[in-house]
Amino acid sequence: MPMTRRALLAGASLLAFSTAVQARTYSGGIPWKAARSNPPEIFDPEARFFTPEERAFISAAVDRLIPADDFPSATESGVVTFLENQLSGAYGRGDIYYMKGPFRKGEPTQGYQSQAPGILYRQAIADINTLLKSEQNKSFTDLSPDEQDTFLMRLSEGKAELEHVDGKTFFDTFWQDTQLGFFGDPVHGGNRDMASWKMLGFPGARYDYREYVNHDGRKLSFEPVSVAGNFMKEAH
Amino acid sequence: MVKILPRREVVIVGFGWTGAILAEQLTAEGLDVVALERGVWRDTSTEYAVTNIQDEVRYRYRDELFEDLSRETLTFRNDISQTALPMRMLGSFLPGTNVGGAGVHWNGQTWRFLPSDFVAKSHNEERYGPLADGMTVQDWGITYDELEPHYTRFEDLCGISGKAGNINGQIQEGGNPFEGWRSKEYPNPPLEMVLAPKMFAKAATELGYKPFPGPAANMSQAYTNPLGVQMAPCTYCGFCEKYACGNYSKATPATTIIPALMQRENFELRTEAMVLRVIKSPDGKRAEGVEYITPEGEILHQPADIVILAAYITHNVHLMLTSGIGTPYDPRTGQGVVGKNYAYQCVSGVIVFFDEDTHINPYVGAGALGMVVDNFNGDNFDHTGLGFIGGGYIGQWQTNGRPMESHPVPEGTPKFGAGWKKAVRESYGHTVGIGTHGAVMSHRGNYLDLDPTYTDAYGRPLLRMTFDFTDNEFNMSNYLTDRAVEIAKAMGGREIREGRRKGHYSIVPYQSTHNTGGTIMGSNPRESVINKYQQSWDLENLFLTGAGAFPQNPGYNPTGTVAALAYHTADAIRNIYLKSPGPLVQA
Repeated sequence: MPMTRRALLAGASLLAFSTAVQARTYSGGIPWKAARSNPPEIFDPEARFFTPEERAFISAAVDRLIPADDFPSATESGVVTFLENQLSGAYGRGDIYYMKGPFRKGEPTQGYQSQAPGILYRQAIADINTLLKSEQNKSFTDLSPDEQDTFLMRLSEGKAELEHVDGKTFFDTFWQDTQLGFFGDPVHGGNRDMASWKMLGFPGARYDYREYVNHDGRKLSFEPVSVAGNFMKEAH
Repeated sequence: MVKILPRREVVIVGFGWTGAILAEQLTAEGLDVVALERGVWRDTSTEYAVTNIQDEVRYRYRDELFEDLSRETLTFRNDISQTALPMRMLGSFLPGTNVGGAGVHWNGQTWRFLPSDFVAKSHNEERYGPLADGMTVQDWGITYDELEPHYTRFEDLCGISGKAGNINGQIQEGGNPFEGWRSKEYPNPPLEMVLAPKMFAKAATELGYKPFPGPAANMSQAYTNPLGVQMAPCTYCGFCEKYACGNYSKATPATTIIPALMQRENFELRTEAMVLRVIKSPDGKRAEGVEYITPEGEILHQPADIVILAAYITHNVHLMLTSGIGTPYDPRTGQGVVGKNYAYQCVSGVIVFFDEDTHINPYVGAGALGMVVDNFNGDNFDHTGLGFIGGGYIGQWQTNGRPMESHPVPEGTPKFGAGWKKAVRESYGHTVGIGTHGAVMSHRGNYLDLDPTYTDAYGRPLLRMTFDFTDNEFNMSNYLTDRAVEIAKAMGGREIREGRRKGHYSIVPYQSTHNTGGTIMGSNPRESVINKYQQSWDLENLFLTGAGAFPQNPGYNPTGTVAALAYHTADAIRNIYLKSPGPLVQA
């Protein structure tokens, strides 16, 4: 069949579409709109996912993972607020993850095989306290800091057999989320006062270092900035 | 109820790099082209503004620019004895979505493959004898010389910053002496180097290697490309890969092609148009068009004279399998071609820890800011007795100092707690990472097919990936890592930490979005899905672009070759196919 070279009659094919499809059809120029932007969603200091008991577990555990030294601990950095926001939102619900069954325990190389993170956290915290009750007749918050460390290490090594969920999957998820709260932009509720960035010397959301390319190993020093700018001071 | 839309001359499925290249080339020829993109429109300067984008939580860890697995994903297993399970969260690789695709969030390392890479089977057999058992390496059916003008075209489009090592056979000081000939110098000079790549280059030079600036799609100066699209100098913000550049400093489809393409009356883009299958003609010899679904659930049939599948490789393979085009590959018999020779990248690293007086300032970086040694790539060195073919480059890319993703700690650091926190604080800002970027040769047991259990949001079976590294990869990667360790030790740090490739391939840690194969190209339909013009052997008006074409994956980043192949295909459609539609290579 020889190819024709007809020019498209502008807009003719659009007649076949519903309004919704037309709204997503682009032709004849860049669809630029004035004052459009895609700003970050600012965390809600009142967001709650955890029950008071769960919150007590989380607060104790994150401060063993990232304790205070010359720089703030995880709770002092707002990591619990970060987790409350994350788990009560799209992340906790698993909105962008594949959450269809059947659920099976796979090989470690096959990755996350649990239900949505919110369900994983809730179930894991309950299972951990059940396990500790049966083994030591204590809940996690009753343990001494050293005992808490020992238990977290055991969890991280896959040596704590939980009833409903995979303990190592929970630890890996929880530890990544904790670090994310500690190192992430304060707009999400953690890293209060950009403390971790000050600790590291990371300048945050700056974007032009052309003057410093030739630094040749000398110490650069910047006051960090957040993607949210100064208005975040009120929220924290 | 399927609604049939008016026929178009060309329909393109997926609007990333290759979709945009084909759309630009074919509209320039006067063809009436419609592109269907599953994601949404995103405006570079406003929606990817540099005031918003430097956000690790939102972009890297909550996947804002990546594909939505709740709609479609794949299942994975290491070998056929295992039950494949769904990739529920992204990990090892990060396919894109939305206009521009993964081209929006790449680093910009823009390579050419070596001339010998295109004849990997015949070249290696001639030099070293028969391939190892189970290795299914093939020649591409295309040569480097055929692709050279198309590589040049893409480099000019993107304004690649680099230094040529071989211009028309003349070796150039300061460039890569191992590269294939190029017809001219890069369009822009190399990026100015920060300290870390300079330290790497000094050590590598002392060891007798020839380090050179990595070819970068990050602009070393202001640039206007051949389509008249203007780009701005890179500001070294250190947010390239996994992020978008609102600064027009990184070449992406949206910063190089789309502003020009969108002006053309014979081009139309439809977003949130999820293509479900290719419709074959009743005689099974042509593609009638494609069927897609809107977010409202409306199913539309778009007929077209030419159908181009330009989705990410996993989705191109999936569309072929779910549309019943070609014979699926069977690893037991070695018969069939669709899904054959899936491959990946085999990477490793070494970290050098310096004392607290050496300030690396890692956040001053760019996605392709680095110095590279190519002595151990492809067949640039004698493999006799080494137990592998292929290789990779060793490089120091100073891409970023993003604190969540990049906080290396020395060997022996506690997993968490006070000791971990102290080590993070003391190490950040004083480390340099060296990476090796190795090939993955194709192997009989590594392939893609359809999963028997899991389905996507549209009810189609998920793609199933069966993949593991083989002895060739481990031997190759250990050899490269040994060389990288030697360079690392020569850099004079306090200590080093090796990150060798060990154990089975895991879909969890990020490695690279360099998935290849499954719709491979070759010289005949018994061994390949497409010919050297990326035309289907089965349906003559169906073309497939992307890294699915690679019969195995060489030791370089794929985008340069993916784009060169797309230009080569566009050229063939414009100059040969339109005059005489039909098979461009006789089977």
